Amino acid sequence: MAKILVVAEHNGTTLNPSTAKCVACAAQIDGAEVDVAVFAASPSEIAAEAAQISGVSRVLTVAREENGVAIAAILAPQIVALTSGYSHVFGPSTAFGKDLMPRVAALLGVNQVSDIMSVEGSHRFKRPIYAGNAIVSVEAPADSTVVATVRTASYQAAEGGNSATVESADVEVDLPTHTRFVELQTGQSDRPELQVAAKVVSGGRALGSEENFDLIFKLADKLGAAIGSSRAAVDAGYVPPETQVGQTGQIIAPDLYIAIGISGAIQHITGIKDAGTIVAINKDEEAPIFEVSDIGLVGDLFNIVPELTEMLG
Amino acid sequence: MEKILVGLKRVVDYNVRVQVKSDGSGVDTDGVKMSINPFDEIALEEALRIRERGEASEVVVVSIGSSDAQQQLRTGLAMGADRAILVETENSMDALTIARVFMAIIERENAELVILGKQAIDDDNSQTGQMLAAIWGRPQATFASELRFDGETARVTREVDSGLETIEVDLPAVVSVDLRLNEPRYVKLPDIMKAKKKPLDQISIADLGVDTAPQVKETLFEPPAGRTRGIMVEDVAGLVAALKDKGLV
Repeated sequence: MAKILVVAEHNGTTLNPSTAKCVACAAQIDGAEVDVAVFAASPSEIAAEAAQISGVSRVLTVAREENGVAIAAILAPQIVALTSGYSHVFGPSTAFGKDLMPRVAALLGVNQVSDIMSVEGSHRFKRPIYAGNAIVSVEAPADSTVVATVRTASYQAAEGGNSATVESADVEVDLPTHTRFVELQTGQSDRPELQVAAKVVSGGRALGSEENFDLIFKLADKLGAAIGSSRAAVDAGYVPPETQVGQTGQIIAPDLYIAIGISGAIQHITGIKDAGTIVAINKDEEAPIFEVSDIGLVGDLFNIVPELTEMLG
Repeated sequence: MEKILVGLKRVVDYNVRVQVKSDGSGVDTDGVKMSINPFDEIALEEALRIRERGEASEVVVVSIGSSDAQQQLRTGLAMGADRAILVETENSMDALTIARVFMAIIERENAELVILGKQAIDDDNSQTGQMLAAIWGRPQATFASELRFDGETARVTREVDSGLETIEVDLPAVVSVDLRLNEPRYVKLPDIMKAKKKPLDQISIADLGVDTAPQVKETLFEPPAGRTRGIMVEDVAGLVAALKDKGLV
């Protein structure tokens, strides 16, 4: 029987929705028993949140001062110490999980399955490669632990309403001191986060300047949307890197994605193809973005976006 | 520091849109343009800048794969690497075995810093750097967008989902690089000529005595389920009406 440990992602106080998405993926394995592990300096509130996720059997907490900020080299040996008895260890395919899970896999002496987009069996999964240009079915060895990251855009968060037991786990391992957290700079913004937002307004190179991105901000604020961008817009310095959507940025699945002045390179499309509705606004009617958009409008964004913002008011 | 190792993977060029073979056995790479993985080029550029600032004395590029990868290593030498090592194998390699190969090279070369791309744009795995750091028992600084050295430590700014995280790591360490770290230099013709004379060692993977890791088998390749083209609207009023229809505004 599959016994799955999901490594919780959190910011020190609240649980990231990526955790409930990993649980949703894990629950698709037949007969899975799913536990969630919370590593934190003071895990009780985060653990209480995790205990509500439907499908979770137990929440294991590991409280250590060193777990105040997530550092892969510090978390990985603790996760390995907890894995005995588990057939699978899952983490989200976010920056947190991508950094951490391969380190866990290597310590366990196994390869990792990256970006599970569907579960085909206890050891069989599908995942995207070549920026989503191909989907490969993979089979992990039956006789070793399956370590995997879950492509969060492929899963709806498992619902709440559960009350799993919370237990504190003793993890007696020496932790390295060679890696130290210095600081985290976040864009100070009241807008929703890109990964979890139901609506995203995204701008591309056609915006032409950092100042012009104000048009995107105004529309996003009218909709209560998060800000996204193409790689070209980030490279041009219009917006910070954490807004980038695509193969090498964030992979997202909002209900509504509005792409403004984005031509729609395959590397960008791979980041949005699970979105509910894609709206494209572009002056080039041949732009590839229109091949994947549900609603397209050809025209000058500098006229369209202010008018749209106004009409939604 | 004495020596920096940089990994260069030979991959299908960024601009090629690969097609899945009709029998589902793989993607069609026949006659397709091959290049250095773009993130690895950024890794090499960073290593060269560190050497040019006088903070390292030698940059060694390493590739693991078929003898065709000599082409990418020569490009790396033309960019400015001092030496190249090709670890030859005809088998398709998994990330953990590759990490073990790098570990064997680190021991041979006594390297203090390994810089890799954060992911290869073919398999999109993003694993090798983290796995290497794990088996080396050393720090990993993944998704780096800024890298500075101060004696035996490095300060690395990382691109994470919520913004930019800065960490400090003791050397030796593994760094995996993100897009914004630098813009790789162009190779000039005289550099290509010079690169032909630089040393390129070919060693067989068997000579390194590396244990092959348990494989995740790739059983079937399929094209992705496409999205279908939707409707076009004439104006903003049409767009708002369509959004209202779907209950999105």
